[in-house]
Amino acid sequence: MPLLWLRVALVFYGLGLVYALLALARKAESLAKVAMPALWLGLTFHFVSLAELTLEQGHLTPSTVHHSESLLAFLIAALFLAFWVKYKTVSPGIFVFPLVFVLTLAASIGQQPQEFTSPLLRKGWIFVHVALIFLGYAALFLSFVTSILYLVQERRLKSKNMGRWLRLPPLQVIDEIGYRALLLGFPFMTLGLIAGAIVAQEQFGAGFFRDPKIALSIMVWVIYMVLLFTRWSAGWRGRRAAFLSTFAFIAAVGTWAANYLSGTHRFLGP
Amino acid sequence: MTVVLIGVNHNSAPVEVRERLAIPESRLAEAITRLMQFPGVEEGMILSTCNRVELIANVGNGSVDLRAFLREYFETDTDSLADHLYEYREQEAMRHIFRVAASLDSMIVGEPQVLGQVKAAYAVACGVGALHSQLHALVSRSFAVAKRVRTETAIGSSAVSVASAAVDLATQIFGSLAGKHIYLVGAGKMSELAARHLIAGGAEAIFVANRTHARALVLAEKFEGTAIHFEELYETADRADIVITSTGSPHAIFRREHGERFLHRRKNRPMFFIDIAVPRDVDPEMNKLDGIFVYDIDDLQAVVSANVASREREAARAHEIIEAELQRFIARLQTQEVAPTIISLQEHLENIRQAELDRARGKLGKLTAEQESAVEALTRGIINKVLHTPITALKNAAGDAESNTVIDHVRRIFNLTPRNLNPENSSPQGSSTKNLDSKSGNARRIPIGRPREKQEEPLREEEKKATPS
Repeated sequence: MPLLWLRVALVFYGLGLVYALLALARKAESLAKVAMPALWLGLTFHFVSLAELTLEQGHLTPSTVHHSESLLAFLIAALFLAFWVKYKTVSPGIFVFPLVFVLTLAASIGQQPQEFTSPLLRKGWIFVHVALIFLGYAALFLSFVTSILYLVQERRLKSKNMGRWLRLPPLQVIDEIGYRALLLGFPFMTLGLIAGAIVAQEQFGAGFFRDPKIALSIMVWVIYMVLLFTRWSAGWRGRRAAFLSTFAFIAAVGTWAANYLSGTHRFLGP
Repeated sequence: MTVVLIGVNHNSAPVEVRERLAIPESRLAEAITRLMQFPGVEEGMILSTCNRVELIANVGNGSVDLRAFLREYFETDTDSLADHLYEYREQEAMRHIFRVAASLDSMIVGEPQVLGQVKAAYAVACGVGALHSQLHALVSRSFAVAKRVRTETAIGSSAVSVASAAVDLATQIFGSLAGKHIYLVGAGKMSELAARHLIAGGAEAIFVANRTHARALVLAEKFEGTAIHFEELYETADRADIVITSTGSPHAIFRREHGERFLHRRKNRPMFFIDIAVPRDVDPEMNKLDGIFVYDIDDLQAVVSANVASREREAARAHEIIEAELQRFIARLQTQEVAPTIISLQEHLENIRQAELDRARGKLGKLTAEQESAVEALTRGIINKVLHTPITALKNAAGDAESNTVIDHVRRIFNLTPRNLNPENSSPQGSSTKNLDSKSGNARRIPIGRPREKQEEPLREEEKKATPS
């Protein structure tokens, strides 16, 4: 059943994806009315799917790669929706929808046997760790997206040609969304890392710092902090901020993919 | 109905002619009353704005020379006007009314005021009782058409003046202009206009710097802003989000190094320079700095002409909408023509059916519910079969030249009361014809075609504010 609901959610995200593609072909104005209700419905079914999965396996923490993809997609979509409620701008959707769709698609391909069989997963701390880090990823992704939109809008204003496709929100609104996303994501990321450190300390001892995934995570966190600091002290935005957040985003993707290199994050059973 | 429209507009007549024909708002009601008294005019309306004067009349089935009315009303010879006057009849006139309301006939295509002006003219005509069913339907339909054009095309969505283009750009940078600071460097008419537009958009706190400080003081007072000595310009300019320059200086006042300094002090918050001066006051190099946007007069002009071009493209789409709506309106008028006959035909046969049923009931005695409904179905079935051909013939004839003949034949064959060709003056007579030919019958009991539009909403705020000059 969780898979069924996830596939239903996928269909709705697909509608959003159509919006995103059409937005590039500048027909999106009327479709925005479809995309956001589709997102609402998608999120609802997605939530049902996640809830059922949790009941089935008896704990909150994702126990398969698919499950964690599904959780990440859910968080990104939910965050995007939250910003939409506040700013009423769908433009980040042209990046958010494809990612959410692809993650959900991957997650809904089929049932996986429980990969992460480690009894560690039954611990609440691990869930806190995973959920917080994922929220941090979602916020980072959103601020990465807005920094690209910022560059596009800035380029348009400077070249004095506003372009025909995709009407973007005002520069300052894009900027504010990106900044808010960072402000929101940073504490999550920080607390998530702390939670992870506590578990790891207990489980693996001090050696866990040498783990590649953990090293990458710390790098992401440092870039995150630099982003916030330059923004706060010197008002960095535009090109410089976009450069930094692209860097952070690539590092985050690397971190996500580094599970297979990481001893501490394979969660294999004894 | 036959609609006749006669008038002048900004294309057909120079302002000297338009002002001779203009009817001030205070005298509009009286002018319409005079128009209504003109022989042959059944409904009338007058639209008088700074760009057009138009008389619209429904002359029923007759023909009326509205030029004669103009001659009489203005006590002038219309020969001198002949070259400037245009006259439209029937479909042409309806199309013109739709086009005017939708702002396709305006000097600046897509400007929003004209709809408000048409609505105001309509309200005055209604006020003196000059609009009855038909012209009323036409004009209120034109409001709906205008609204459709506005929502389905982008005809009115772009800025077509330099000042409004500046506001538009400022909004694209800052979002809301609320709380944004403006700095006027140099005191020109043009920069004053731009500032006025920005303030209307929500911007606040004006700083003014001018080489002649006295003029800065005057302008600052006008805007309730602060005058600043020109020497302090570079120390204070970073306080502004939007800088409008229009000095007569032969060299650029703001150069790249100034921009860098401003950005540093502003922590890189964006700044928007509107440079109206020629030669330019702002070095174009500044536009290369992250967070500074410089638009000179040519850039703004280019935005405006791009917008004008896009409005013209949209006008072509609007034209299609208007044609479709016009055909729909005409089709509706035509079905309205045959509708009263169809209704009286149906009522006539229904009366016969009821009478026959009442007579037969005595002989049939008491019927069971089943039998009762069988009798109903039987009699109804016969009527409907009989009526089918004449009703189809009437509907098919609607809009044809021969429609009147068909209507008259049907009425004669079925012995219906003769038609009243002028429903406005008819009084209800006899119970069976009460709602056939009277005005209410004409207007409301129409079984075919679209339902009547709901009452138009009252003037919207923005349209009320629009001042017809």
